[in-house]
Amino acid sequence: MTETTEATGAMDGERPPEEREFTVVERTQAQLVLRRFLRHRAAMISLVIFVLIVLWAFIGPHLWHYSYQKYTPDNSQPPSAKHPFGTNSAGYDSYAQVMRGTQTSLKVAILIALGSTFVGAVWGAVAGFYRGVVDAVMMRISDLVLTLPLLAIALVISSRTGGSWYWIALVIAGLTWAYVSRVVRSTVLSLREKEFVEAARALGASDARIIFRHLLPNSLGPIFVNATILVATGILTETALSFLGFGVQPPDTSLGLLVSQAQTAVDTRPWLFYIPGAFIIAIALTINFIGDGLRDAFDPRQQRVRQ
Amino acid sequence: MTVGDKGYAQRPEPATPTEDTVLEVDGLQVAFPSEDGLVRAVRGVSYRLERGAGLGIVGESGSGKSVTALAVMGLLPAAAKVTGSVRYRGSELLGLSDTRLSDIRGSGIAMIFQDPMTSLNPVHTVGAQIIEGLLRHNPDMSKRAARDRAVELLGTVGIPHPDRRADSYPHELSGGMRQRVVIAIAMANDPAVIIADEPTTALDVTVQAQVLEALETAREETGAALVLITHDLGVVAGHTDRVAVMYAGRVVESGTVEELFYEPRMPYTLGLLGSMPRMDRDDDRLTPIAGSPPSLLNLPPGCPFAPRCPMREDRCDRDEPSLHVVDAGGHRSACHFADRLVGMEAGAVFEATGADNESLARLARSDSEASSEASFEASSETAAEATAESESANDMNGSTDGTYGKGSR
Amino acid sequence: MSAPGEPVLRVRDLVKHFPVRSRGVVRRKIGDVHAVCGVSFDLHENETLGLVGESGSGKTTTARTLLNLERPTSGSVSYRDRELTGLSRRQMRPLREELQIVFQDPYASLDPRISVRDIIAEPLRIHGRYDEAGRAEVHDLLRLVGLNPEHGNRYAHEFSGGQRQRIGIARALALRPKVVVLDEPVSALDVSIQAGVLNLLMDLQAELGLSFLFVAHDLSVMRHVAHRVAVMYLGRIVELAPTRELFARPSHPYTQALISAIPLPDPRKERARRRIVVQGDVPSPISPPSGCRFRTRCPKFATQLTESERTACVEQTPELTDRGTGTPVACHYAQPLELL
Repeated sequence: MTETTEATGAMDGERPPEEREFTVVERTQAQLVLRRFLRHRAAMISLVIFVLIVLWAFIGPHLWHYSYQKYTPDNSQPPSAKHPFGTNSAGYDSYAQVMRGTQTSLKVAILIALGSTFVGAVWGAVAGFYRGVVDAVMMRISDLVLTLPLLAIALVISSRTGGSWYWIALVIAGLTWAYVSRVVRSTVLSLREKEFVEAARALGASDARIIFRHLLPNSLGPIFVNATILVATGILTETALSFLGFGVQPPDTSLGLLVSQAQTAVDTRPWLFYIPGAFIIAIALTINFIGDGLRDAFDPRQQRVRQ
Repeated sequence: MTVGDKGYAQRPEPATPTEDTVLEVDGLQVAFPSEDGLVRAVRGVSYRLERGAGLGIVGESGSGKSVTALAVMGLLPAAAKVTGSVRYRGSELLGLSDTRLSDIRGSGIAMIFQDPMTSLNPVHTVGAQIIEGLLRHNPDMSKRAARDRAVELLGTVGIPHPDRRADSYPHELSGGMRQRVVIAIAMANDPAVIIADEPTTALDVTVQAQVLEALETAREETGAALVLITHDLGVVAGHTDRVAVMYAGRVVESGTVEELFYEPRMPYTLGLLGSMPRMDRDDDRLTPIAGSPPSLLNLPPGCPFAPRCPMREDRCDRDEPSLHVVDAGGHRSACHFADRLVGMEAGAVFEATGADNESLARLARSDSEASSEASFEASSETAAEATAESESANDMNGSTDGTYGKGSR
Repeated sequence: MSAPGEPVLRVRDLVKHFPVRSRGVVRRKIGDVHAVCGVSFDLHENETLGLVGESGSGKTTTARTLLNLERPTSGSVSYRDRELTGLSRRQMRPLREELQIVFQDPYASLDPRISVRDIIAEPLRIHGRYDEAGRAEVHDLLRLVGLNPEHGNRYAHEFSGGQRQRIGIARALALRPKVVVLDEPVSALDVSIQAGVLNLLMDLQAELGLSFLFVAHDLSVMRHVAHRVAVMYLGRIVELAPTRELFARPSHPYTQALISAIPLPDPRKERARRRIVVQGDVPSPISPPSGCRFRTRCPKFATQLTESERTACVEQTPELTDRGTGTPVACHYAQPLELL
């Protein structure tokens, strides 16, 4: 046997033997996920754009010299230095209105995402953990909620609750949590067979402890991914509701309402329609890309080469 | 039944390739790109296989033993960087096109994997798969003759009722049966080399014995040379003539099985033998090797075994020892101090470490103190339960700060 | 190896069947997997009892049933005269401090999202014992099993397999149990690593007076750690003997086959060995053979017994009793044999 000795890669110099004990480069799960996410170009660009939109929508109104409720003497002006997004027929500054509308739409969307994620995650985890009859009953309820036509129900309920943004959010959340519950249930179904869950049981852990300390934290990946998708769904559903006139009511405004109000003016004053429309598309798209990035980052198949 | 001397030569490996050389691996290196840099899985492996010889490649997980085999067969993913040379009957295999390679895979070199389902097609009967191999090798054979031969082969590898079993699909067979079918397919091609990568790892011991026997039969009938890759030193001891021990992507010791098992000259080999619980001896205590194998990513200079080696000296951290001849018969070792190991027992080199004595003593002490309280504790069982309950209530509120321990004692 | 003391765990006629259900909506029960069928043994104080068998022998199910992780179909398990079968989870909780388990897979048995210190503190928290002393104890436990306590805030995946298994052992020891079930604790580890874990376990037993039920498929590990070994086949114990005797003079044909099938890391001995090769595979536990369950693969049944002798094997289940060999064995025609 002839041996070709090969200069070994002496990249990181002398490491004390103690440290070599760790054969895997020290890195937590969170760090791994972050690294993969940072490398996802579309997701990173989307995240930057999304953060800018959020900052603009929430801080912008304090800096801008028109309020969304303030009439100006300029009616139906096209975009100009004074009114970057123009004005509408009543003389409202469209820039201020789009800021306010984006803010409302985002608040609605985020409340939808948080509410339905929380309810759905707990619902799904409990069903998946107990299986059997509990699972069957809970999942039939989920299925029922899923079969309800989202828009129709939302229309009926929100027409009775008035146009405040949090009611709209709660109504939509009440109809979308079932998606999350299905995803979390299937994750928990496979997790509960893992030995660490059995280990917890052998230690005498209560069911609540197993669900909240072991099962849910380990389902965070799919939960995060779904939450981002729900933000996008939330934005679009709110838009649709407001467009149909059952969402946010004037004088408050939202992106959907702005588009709806401008529908008669598409030809005459196109800026009133296309600018809020562009914001709706931008927010939904960026969030979808962020969700994609998160999904890739959490995907266990994306393991590093193991040897 | 006794496993007698099989008659294949216990001769040392010749220094230069001869007519009998069927497979020659020279300076084989494999690296995989990963997120953190290049993982150098194989760092220069060389061996030569004579006709009918049996070579065992032993190593723990991550030693590069399977990657070596896959590289020889050209079965690595395209991202892998393979350099060096692999010659089958004198002709180079590295860099050959896939079609040419699969020709050789079909007839010259057969491979047996740990999971037989990787080589069996689930939608064809096992008989059809053997027949396919036969017809590929002898295009003139009649269908009928091929079928008869397939049944015969199944019988040879020890499958009961081979005529009926030939019509079974792989999923209808047990793991041991499937592995035997894979061996039968390998035999059908009448290969010059059989590479078996952990062929029995997934099987129970009694089935492992059956499969190893089938492998021996296959070798005797075809006269093929065998490369047996395994983590089990016991399997190698009985089924090959020569052994190469791999560690961190290199061969660190090689020689005949006798040389290696009775006079190891590399501390790692000695350590492996000393850490094996043995059925034929009453050892009081095993001698583990401290630590774990190094990462093959950015491997530091020096001997890769040095951090775990009780004989380590400064030199070991600087120079990686080459695999050099340590005594007459072609016994090679990659240790600077191979000579010092003459006549050494594992117990004299490695420490029989177990639990940390100091904390063990402390725990044992506090245990005997606690036992005097035990009777009291048993009566306050309900109290303990109450604490546990209130604690899980804390959990429900999402409290994770870990400071809510109620000192019940 | 010290002499074993009083029985702490008593298992009598333990049976565990798992229902097999048809596919589809109704999911009728169409049969039973006979995982454990009438297993009885005592585990003594300060003793290691090995439970050895191949896949499908029911050894792991037995282990889990003992800890009430599975409900037994019938039979009794008692810990120091306290019946465990039928206890509710709440009633079982205080007993969890006495009976613990170490799992086979060091990768799946540790929660990946919790730091190692929290993994070991988990049992103390559950039982309301995580105070100042508890924190120091976690530190001590890490050191005890050979890990650097400063690495306590790392996560399980940063450790190697052997280190993870040590973490699993530390977690099981945190409550100071008296009985620890070790479910294949070293079979996922490389040889050089497994020796260290075995030494650790033996030290712990010697100093802390633990009783181990050691489940494994590897007889050579048994020879090293166990005081007595019970060999299981298809849900039944076929032979139970002190380790030394079991290896010196195995009496059941299955034990003999098992011992002769394990390769020795010694080329000369290995070549000169006498082999008993059994035929075929383990039958399905859904419909195990009548009478002696090993008869379908038994070399003695196949080659040595007369037609009339075989009738007993087919018709009568051999009980696990002493048949003149000094130790209980479940074979009508048990005969000691020297193999090593």
